[in-house]
Amino acid sequence: MSRVLDIRDLYLRFRGYTGVTDVLHGISLHIDAGERVALVGESGSGKSVTARIVLGILQELRTARIEGSLEFEGQDLNKLTRRQWHALRGTAMSMIFQDPTSSLNPVFTIDTQFAEVLRRRDPDLSNADATSRAAELLESVSIHDHARVLKSYPFQLSGGMNQRVMISMALANRPSLLIADEPGTALDVTVQAQTLKLMHDLVEESRTAVFFISHNLGVVREFADRVYVIYRGRIVEQGPTAAIFENPGHAYTRALMAAVPRITGGGIPEINDVNPAFLDPLVRHDGDAI
Amino acid sequence: MTPILSLRNVSKTFGSGDTVVHAVRNVSFDVVPGECLAVVGESGSGKTTLANIILGVYGQSGGEIWFDGKLLPARRTLEHRSAIQLVQQNPLSSLNPKRSVGASVRLGLDVYGIGNKSDRWSLVEQALQEVGLPPEFRRRPPAALSGGERQRVAIARALACQSRLVVLDEPTSSLDVLVQARVLRLLNGLRRDRGLSYIFITHDLSVVRNVADRVAVFKDGRLVECAPTQAIFEAPQQSYTRQLIAAVPVVSEEELHLRRKLAEGTTR
Amino acid sequence: MKRTMIILLSNPLSLLGVILVLLVVVLAVFADFIAPFPEHRGSVVDFVYFNKAPTARNIFGSDLVGRDLFTRVIYAYRISLILGVVVLAISMPIGTVVGLLAGYLGGKVEFVLMRLTDVFLSIPPLVLAIAMMGVLEPTLMNAMLAVTAMWWPWYARLVYNIARSECEEGYVLAAEVIGASTFHIVFREILPNCLPAIITKMTLDMGFVIIIVSSLSFLGLGVQPPTPDLGSMVAEGARYLPDSWWLTVFPGLAILIAVFGFNLIGDALREIFGAEQ
Repeated sequence: MSRVLDIRDLYLRFRGYTGVTDVLHGISLHIDAGERVALVGESGSGKSVTARIVLGILQELRTARIEGSLEFEGQDLNKLTRRQWHALRGTAMSMIFQDPTSSLNPVFTIDTQFAEVLRRRDPDLSNADATSRAAELLESVSIHDHARVLKSYPFQLSGGMNQRVMISMALANRPSLLIADEPGTALDVTVQAQTLKLMHDLVEESRTAVFFISHNLGVVREFADRVYVIYRGRIVEQGPTAAIFENPGHAYTRALMAAVPRITGGGIPEINDVNPAFLDPLVRHDGDAI
Repeated sequence: MTPILSLRNVSKTFGSGDTVVHAVRNVSFDVVPGECLAVVGESGSGKTTLANIILGVYGQSGGEIWFDGKLLPARRTLEHRSAIQLVQQNPLSSLNPKRSVGASVRLGLDVYGIGNKSDRWSLVEQALQEVGLPPEFRRRPPAALSGGERQRVAIARALACQSRLVVLDEPTSSLDVLVQARVLRLLNGLRRDRGLSYIFITHDLSVVRNVADRVAVFKDGRLVECAPTQAIFEAPQQSYTRQLIAAVPVVSEEELHLRRKLAEGTTR
Repeated sequence: MKRTMIILLSNPLSLLGVILVLLVVVLAVFADFIAPFPEHRGSVVDFVYFNKAPTARNIFGSDLVGRDLFTRVIYAYRISLILGVVVLAISMPIGTVVGLLAGYLGGKVEFVLMRLTDVFLSIPPLVLAIAMMGVLEPTLMNAMLAVTAMWWPWYARLVYNIARSECEEGYVLAAEVIGASTFHIVFREILPNCLPAIITKMTLDMGFVIIIVSSLSFLGLGVQPPTPDLGSMVAEGARYLPDSWWLTVFPGLAILIAVFGFNLIGDALREIFGAEQ
């Protein structure tokens, strides 16, 4: 099983006028080929910055200080030049974002945006080839009226449609790693369900590894093979999805589980959202090799 | 018991000629005093338009609204306005970034003339305390508060107006899970203690199950189904309702069970 | 506020801006004490020291009738700053109110106000000012009037755009649902959110006003002799280049320093306020 992503002891600090802010306190996680791994946490936990570090875009902030080991398909990312890292984005690793309509460029039609994506891998692609490949990709996400969609602007399409377009663009160049930042959050619940199922099927087929960032435990449960729970820049629990959900070990994970409302009822329990036990050490479930 | 709010055949159309949008079509329902009625629907269901009509942001194209047994005109008086208040989804946007949190809470007091001018700051502090915030917060700008704290300020603002019906438009959708639990408990508690009525608009059915007495399901501007919460979840009559519940991502086995049962179309 | 000051002072460019502007302001305010020959700001003739290159006595040299150029430059700063402040103090409120009302009320009000604004905006500023001065007597007051008349639309447009986007924000809806008066919503809710942009623009405008007034004076339409004005000095001295170079260079540099200083501060403010969004 080849390791697609390997993060070890990652630290992130920001230098500001007022001093240094520590955001990540040495997190470690890994993703193997074909795995779907979720990073679950609330806002401020550091989950989104982690994704941006893997993509290399956080490093462009002058105030950011990063330490730790980052390996992608065996390559040490820290040793890459900006250019090399840029070459990976959109080809070997890609990302989809929370709000599909605002993540697509509003002034270009869908086919232009597809062409741009496809040319990252194949710069000499002709317009005709780009269009036919785009049509194939749209078909793979169950969009059948290709011609209309390709000629449309993002604001002319629904949120669900844009999300599917974005997914197909992200998978267009057959990346080894797909990073999904809260996918489906901005969508209606029925559309979100369809989108997640679609993502599931597509990555099954292409064996793309997925790094899934979310605060929604239900979505994580349905989609992820393994879960890392992050609290305030520290991984507090990790393990296979079933193990984490059936038997949460860490105080924070247990609080999260208890706080999620159930469709079977049961009321809203009283939860202490500031509990020193949340800083307890990592709980690791068996079956999660390092 | 007279319903606190009654809608009869309410419709709202936007635009004219070719670009007519029927946002709300012939909607009728009641809100019982002290209850929490959940309004559930996806985008395009008309729930936001409905909320705006109830709040008097604009008038309806057809139909009537009754508050406490009296007809509500499209042009609201201050008395009407103070009785029906709003808590919005995004507290970062619903609080003026250039004004202190206390000033935002105080606005209603000034507009409705509640209390003496000199007492109003202490009324503001009281409202903040009732939502679990320290009174000193009144001087802070919204940016200095967390998302959950800001939302509690928005709730305090509605409370300070001494309203009887609160329209909550996705009040916890932009909050983290733990914070959401806290805010939902606060909302439930306030409703009980003060005899408030809520119209709780949300897309999150798992929240609905735990806060609402009755649920009104909307689709394309129409009221599809309206029933007590337990009935909606265990024996939904409409397939759309069943679809909605089946799409909810769940965390436990028993919920999966319920979803599977509904997806199969089995009803008790 | 304090944070803004700290950031302004810690960035080398904006610090330079602050220093330059402070220099200009101090020179203008304390002109009476700093100028070596205060009476030279008026009609004085001194044929002993006329048209002299810079020396210890006249550090910027002397002009064609013997007046000390340094003195005249400092007094010219005073005039420019006063003009700038007055023009902005009048045009900013007018433009802001127009923009706020048009942005919030919409409908016919918006249509009328913004089309009026468009008319003024479509005329190149200097052309409008020249046209007005052609009709009116070329006095300082009239020059200020002309410049003000063409300045307010820019504020109207700026504030209109911001007001329109702020109207989409939740706090405006919240105030409307509560039933606050239009006055309250426009002036106590929306206006404070427009202030950062307005202040930034005013700072940048100071430099701009100085240039426009100088241009008018250069054309003989602004400040009249013997009142010193940087533009007039540049105009008068231009034909004596390159021999009596100091007649143009020092007033020109003075304009440059003032405008540059204000621009640096304005740029820094724009970044600070922009980052806060």
